[in-house]
Amino acid sequence: MIAHAGGYTVDARLRWQEALPWIAALAAFFLLPEYLALGARILVYILFALSLDLILGYAGIITLGHSAFFGLGAYVAGILGAKAGVTDPFLQLAAAGGAAALLGVATGAVILRTRALTLLMLTLAITSIVLEIANSASSLTGGADGLSGVVVAPILGVFKFDLFGRTAFLYCLAVLLVAWYAVRRVIYSPFGAMLTGIRENATRMHAIGAPVYGRLLLVYTLSALLAGIAGALLTQVNQFVGLNVLGFEPSGELLVMLVLGGVGRLYGAFIGPVVYLIVQELLAKEFPEYWFFGIGLLLVAVVLFAPGGILGLADKCLSLLRPGSSARASAR
Amino acid sequence: MPFALETRKLCKSFGALTVADAIDFRLEPGARHALIGPNGAGKTTFVNMLTGRLAPSSGAIFLNGEEITTLGQAARVKRGVGRTFQINTLFRELPVLDNVALAVAERCGLATRLWRPAGTHKEVIDEAGALLAQLGLQPDALRRVADLPYGKQRLVEIAIALGMKPRVLLLDEPAAGVPSHESTRIVEVLQALPAQIAILIIEHDMDLVRRFARRITVLAAGAVLTEGTPEEVMRDQRVRDVYLGELHA
Repeated sequence: MIAHAGGYTVDARLRWQEALPWIAALAAFFLLPEYLALGARILVYILFALSLDLILGYAGIITLGHSAFFGLGAYVAGILGAKAGVTDPFLQLAAAGGAAALLGVATGAVILRTRALTLLMLTLAITSIVLEIANSASSLTGGADGLSGVVVAPILGVFKFDLFGRTAFLYCLAVLLVAWYAVRRVIYSPFGAMLTGIRENATRMHAIGAPVYGRLLLVYTLSALLAGIAGALLTQVNQFVGLNVLGFEPSGELLVMLVLGGVGRLYGAFIGPVVYLIVQELLAKEFPEYWFFGIGLLLVAVVLFAPGGILGLADKCLSLLRPGSSARASAR
Repeated sequence: MPFALETRKLCKSFGALTVADAIDFRLEPGARHALIGPNGAGKTTFVNMLTGRLAPSSGAIFLNGEEITTLGQAARVKRGVGRTFQINTLFRELPVLDNVALAVAERCGLATRLWRPAGTHKEVIDEAGALLAQLGLQPDALRRVADLPYGKQRLVEIAIALGMKPRVLLLDEPAAGVPSHESTRIVEVLQALPAQIAILIIEHDMDLVRRFARRITVLAAGAVLTEGTPEEVMRDQRVRDVYLGELHA
């Protein structure tokens, strides 16, 4: 079974298949050295998608404003590196994550009292506001020109960011590994099971005595923290921040990636960005004017024929091969 | 000894519509009490006010002598108010065991643990398993709730409520929607509930009420019409008029 659903009846131990993404990443590192920049971008988006999956896939919070945290993280790291002279990469990550978490708790405290469409609109409003601030505060952020010249010191004082993106790729991979492990622990914990309960039936969670709002706020903050770290990674890899990390577009793109991979399955957040960004890269090369059309087609196909995303489809195929073992696999 | 649950002059109105009209109600410790009344009498509204889902317009609610009128749902559950729903309100996509384990974990204060896998919290799983065994649901523990027959889903409702270890249990039509040959099982389960839990059952099925309740309160048009033993209430002409009359009409 590919879906990682958490709960009290599942075995949370690592399965051998879970080594595959990491083996694939290392293989790509050695075999495709000319694509390391794309690879690092994919790793950043996997982390970003992972943060979204935590709230959307597990807690059922639907958002179009997750770029607010990603973008804030990106700008915090950028401003620290370009203006404030704080160049230690981990310090930048920590500051970016902290700032995003603060924004998460402050905005979540207001918007998580609402649900469904209202919530969706509010999240969109928040990222639009952050975008507008980044656009106007051009002395700090570079405005529409973006913020270039972001300085990132060697990692641990040893590993310099090289021209070929080797350090950047491995650095992103290491950060993703830590974040993935943390998210996996959370999903399989009683807290994760409780989040699934809220997604499945908030009325019932209230009735068994769960302070639902506080719990949602906690996971929203956690997710914002991860998104902020992902944004900071992107800045460090590019040594540049632009306004395109904020607003509707990156949020929508992220949602598409996660839906493509499969929502609420942990590894959907891995598959989605890989497929989306590679398809985008290929199409942009072949049909620079129509690449978005291809993405659209892909999404329509997934939504129509594989509502559980690519992983959902894989689950279905596997359960067809092994009848009888699919009781829970078909659940989602 | 204070009442397990008491309301004083509890009122609720939505605009001009009064759905609870100065309800004075008392639930003895260990009670087996039924709340009956015709459709629209305000029974479910009353329960929702007791659990904190709805705020009363005026009046007060006491749990073991402590006022809980302004407390939220979570705080009342912590103090021992449990409920089931008239319409199944379950985690349909989750296994039966998880449905109960979530309630148990919440009560034990484990629900915010972020690190150790849920599947290794043996104390929670064992307690949930024991409750399922008590209700005869053990063989279905790993099945998805949505795949269970309706009657068994009603039992899961009760199992979740018991996972909260309530001191006061509010059962909102526990046999609603269950064919009569299956409701026998539900009645058996109800009769086997621990004696120290004070139970208020809201029910339409008079047969079930007669078998289960030692006291009955009749609600009509949001107000208490009468209260007494089943025999007294059944004899009451006003009850026949508003309630039984309607049923047999």
